[in-house]
Amino acid sequence: MKMIDVHTLDAHIKDGMTIMVGGFLGAGTPEMLVDYIVEKGYKDLTLICNDTAFPDKGVGKLVVAKQIGKAIVSHIGTNPETGRQMMAEEMEVELVPQGSLAEKVRCGGVGLGGILTPTGIGTEVEADKTVVEVNGEKFILEQPLHADLALIYASTADEKGNLVYEGSTKNFNPLMAMAADTVIAEVGEVVPVGTLNPDSILTPHILVDYMVKGA
Amino acid sequence: MNAKEIIANRIAKEVEDGSVVNLGIGLPTMVANYIPDDMDVTLHSENGFIGLDKVATGDEINPNITNAGGQPVTVKSSAVFFDSAMSFALIRGGHIDITVLGALEVDQKGNLANYMVPGKMVPGMGGAMDLVTGAKKVIVAMMHTAKGTPKILKECTLPLTGKQVVDLIITELAVFKVVADGLLLQEIHESTTVENVLELTGADVIVSDTLATFA
Repeated sequence: MKMIDVHTLDAHIKDGMTIMVGGFLGAGTPEMLVDYIVEKGYKDLTLICNDTAFPDKGVGKLVVAKQIGKAIVSHIGTNPETGRQMMAEEMEVELVPQGSLAEKVRCGGVGLGGILTPTGIGTEVEADKTVVEVNGEKFILEQPLHADLALIYASTADEKGNLVYEGSTKNFNPLMAMAADTVIAEVGEVVPVGTLNPDSILTPHILVDYMVKGA
Repeated sequence: MNAKEIIANRIAKEVEDGSVVNLGIGLPTMVANYIPDDMDVTLHSENGFIGLDKVATGDEINPNITNAGGQPVTVKSSAVFFDSAMSFALIRGGHIDITVLGALEVDQKGNLANYMVPGKMVPGMGGAMDLVTGAKKVIVAMMHTAKGTPKILKECTLPLTGKQVVDLIITELAVFKVVADGLLLQEIHESTTVENVLELTGADVIVSDTLATFA
């Protein structure tokens, strides 16, 4: 019942939404879901992702199609189109150190008001942020990120929505699965309930709203 | 050996048996080629695992196992995969012994600039800010100059990746240690002279009493 057809995605997405998309340079990105958003041409999306991938891969395709109003990411160097749109002021880019980005997403999903990190002290990242001193050491208060919709990828799911991620595709996926109002997982393989080892499941089914069968 | 191979080979000598090492994209990645096979070194890949082995070819390629540059790679039998929060917990938490990164500029206070040239090139910091903050030893691997213009300066002019974070600077010409009064020139390459190194360096340099050469 969580399984939906990709064509019903329109019920869950609209222009101007904030979306989180899993993946690291495209590895672990739900490509079918991204392709559908490109096909339907949703606009002015705020994208939260590790990076903007490559022009022809992962969320990079959303950038090329000019569907992103703002990107909150740690790295854009592999997608020249992101840099071009940023310089031309067609798109806003907020760069966040990768470890801080991961924790901001995690905070958004686990009920924390933020984290104190030493990363970025003495750099431009510190600007306009609250700096807190703990035992003589300076930390930046990094606040939570939350999204309307999270699009994630898991190699294997059971019919209930428990997710297992292969290899380096975990990255932001299990964190984003906690941090959005609606969570849609594109899954490679679907197996009957009871076949997954409960010790191997990283995302419990209660966090997953819908699943789409992908490649 | 060409200049980059000389740098990679010299940096490999900083790696001790049993250590955990993160190598940046590009030149730093080449360091792995010079670590002796009989040494037990664990390579960390910030996209979510330890136990990185080498770039995958042919049947070894699995799109779900990639390095931080997005390339398919192989992993050692002791490899462990995790999400981005865990990956950066290892980095920030001081569980990485050495990080090797490239630089646009580095200065005598140990400041590092490697993530943007305002108005021109803005790749983003990715994991670099966390790595220089959390790793026990930060080694900068770079060509000594940018086509003759010094990159080793009294003070960085570009936005900083980290403030007072660099421990060692290794180029094709020299090995510098960051100390209180400037840069301590510890070694020069066998093909050069102290005078030549000083001419190509824009920082206050102290020549070590025990100056050595490297090959």
